[in-house]
Amino acid sequence: MKILIVDDERDVEMLFRQKFRKEVRANEIELAFAFSGNEALEILGSDHPPQFVYVFSDINMPGMTGLELLDKIKIKFPEINVSMISAYGDTENYDKAIKSGAKEFFTKPIDFDILKAEIKRLSNQ
Amino acid sequence: MYFVNFFSLLILYYLRSNIIKFNPTSPLKKWINVGFVVASTLWIAGGSFEFSEAYIIATIIKILSVALIAYLGYLVYKIPEFERTKTLLNAVAPIIILGVIEDLIEIINPRFYKEWEKVFEVALLFAFIWAVVMYFITRKQRKALEIERLKAIEREREMEIIESVKASLELEVADRTNELIRQKTELEKTLEELKAAQSQLIHAEKMASLGELTAGIAHEIQNPLNFVNNFSEVSIELLEEIRELRVKKRETKIDTKDENEELQDEILEDISKNLEKITHHGKRADSIVKGMLEHSRSNSGEKIPTDINLLADEYLRLSFHGIRAKDKSFSADFSTDFDQSIPLVNVAFSDIGRVFLNIFNNAFYACNDKRKVSESYIPKVQVSTKNLGSIIEIIISDNGNGIPDQIKDKIFQPFFTTKPTGLGKGLGLSLSYDIIKVHGGEIAVKSEPNHGTQFIITLPLD
Ligand SMILES: [Mg+2]
Repeated sequence: MKILIVDDERDVEMLFRQKFRKEVRANEIELAFAFSGNEALEILGSDHPPQFVYVFSDINMPGMTGLELLDKIKIKFPEINVSMISAYGDTENYDKAIKSGAKEFFTKPIDFDILKAEIKRLSNQ
Repeated sequence: MYFVNFFSLLILYYLRSNIIKFNPTSPLKKWINVGFVVASTLWIAGGSFEFSEAYIIATIIKILSVALIAYLGYLVYKIPEFERTKTLLNAVAPIIILGVIEDLIEIINPRFYKEWEKVFEVALLFAFIWAVVMYFITRKQRKALEIERLKAIEREREMEIIESVKASLELEVADRTNELIRQKTELEKTLEELKAAQSQLIHAEKMASLGELTAGIAHEIQNPLNFVNNFSEVSIELLEEIRELRVKKRETKIDTKDENEELQDEILEDISKNLEKITHHGKRADSIVKGMLEHSRSNSGEKIPTDINLLADEYLRLSFHGIRAKDKSFSADFSTDFDQSIPLVNVAFSDIGRVFLNIFNNAFYACNDKRKVSESYIPKVQVSTKNLGSIIEIIISDNGNGIPDQIKDKIFQPFFTTKPTGLGKGLGLSLSYDIIKVHGGEIAVKSEPNHGTQFIITLPLD
């Protein structure tokens, strides 16, 4: 199962790769990273046949925001699940994200146990 | 000799007119009238007896006439009220005296009189001229005096007018002065009020900008702090994996530990502990940052009709049991005094609840601090509510150590805390302040060192 993580902070890649080392090794999941909304759309667009099933995106990014990215993905790739990750207490964006069709809304710092459970549930479907 | 009666009448006439002019109520008026009657009678009687044979009667009348004029002259000089007539008397006195002397000489020695008649006539003429000159001089003086007198009267009247104008002006000035004093005190009062309002505004402004600043800083710190926490956590996990792998390796090799490996184990253990410390302090920083972010969220709650009494009661118990859970030795009395007439109040109840919790926690902590040093002391926390019509008042009081005056102004500022480092974030009261302000209310503190503290919250009823 291919998962795309979108965040303007590059250290996110290192963190996720270490956190999901076991799952990646066991070939349960495959991780890809994009550091901007545009990059995320490029990666998703160049994926033939579409294999990404889940996108986790930060909301607060320079250029295209996570919410704009969410809208675009929902139009171009409606079958992909998108969850948002944002700062603690960002209630305004929570409502917008859920209205735009986000699957989940995670707040930072990410609780990886919940995240893993979410991924596991999806991969079991 | 009867001619003297003419002068008597003349003097009486002047006396009378002076009295009428200057002192109409004088009792002397009556006597002047009597004088008139006497003088006229003597004159008429003298005229009718002039050519009669009644020589003795004529002589008596003559003597009486002279006596009258002499008496009048005496009075004019003696009585101060008749002083004005003195000049007239002076004018006519030579004629009278000369006339009387001539008549006497004519009676006593008619021959001598005949011989010297011309001299007597000239003397009389001079006396007459004297009288006329005196008359004109006197008249002139009198006119000048009269003008002076009128002028004096005029001046007096003017003075009176000036006096009355001055008096009314003084009244007006007093009135205006009073008005000015009243306005001044009013202005001073307003100034005081403005000063108080200004210091409140400055305080509020400071709070607002500090709130914004803290929220901004919190936002910026949040991401790097998350990385610190996440990486330290993941590192702990990785170390755990290494430890597991090493145990496995040893089990398969079945060899005993060598010294190097023991040292490595120790170092790995230390690194793991260090990472736990990093996580622990990172979490601490994280909770501070979250507290700071609460500021920017303090006006986000939706307002719903809330039973304030119930809310206060709930959070009083929550606070007590929360502290009790952390510190088993803690105990305190708490009581409530609720005004049941308070209607439901539109508030963001979780925000107001947070305010209650903060203040109750502070109250219990204050009591607990005092309890630790004084054995006989019974900690007491009380909450009371009051319906004041357009607002409600919630008073939370404790009998703890109180707040020193010098920090009373600071307790609502972010990051101000009296608790030891690590125990308080110093955001509870500043957050409470923000929340109450957002609700259009007020929060104030009254404190008496060593006797306790009162937090007074007012909320508008709309
Ligand atoms: Mg970001």
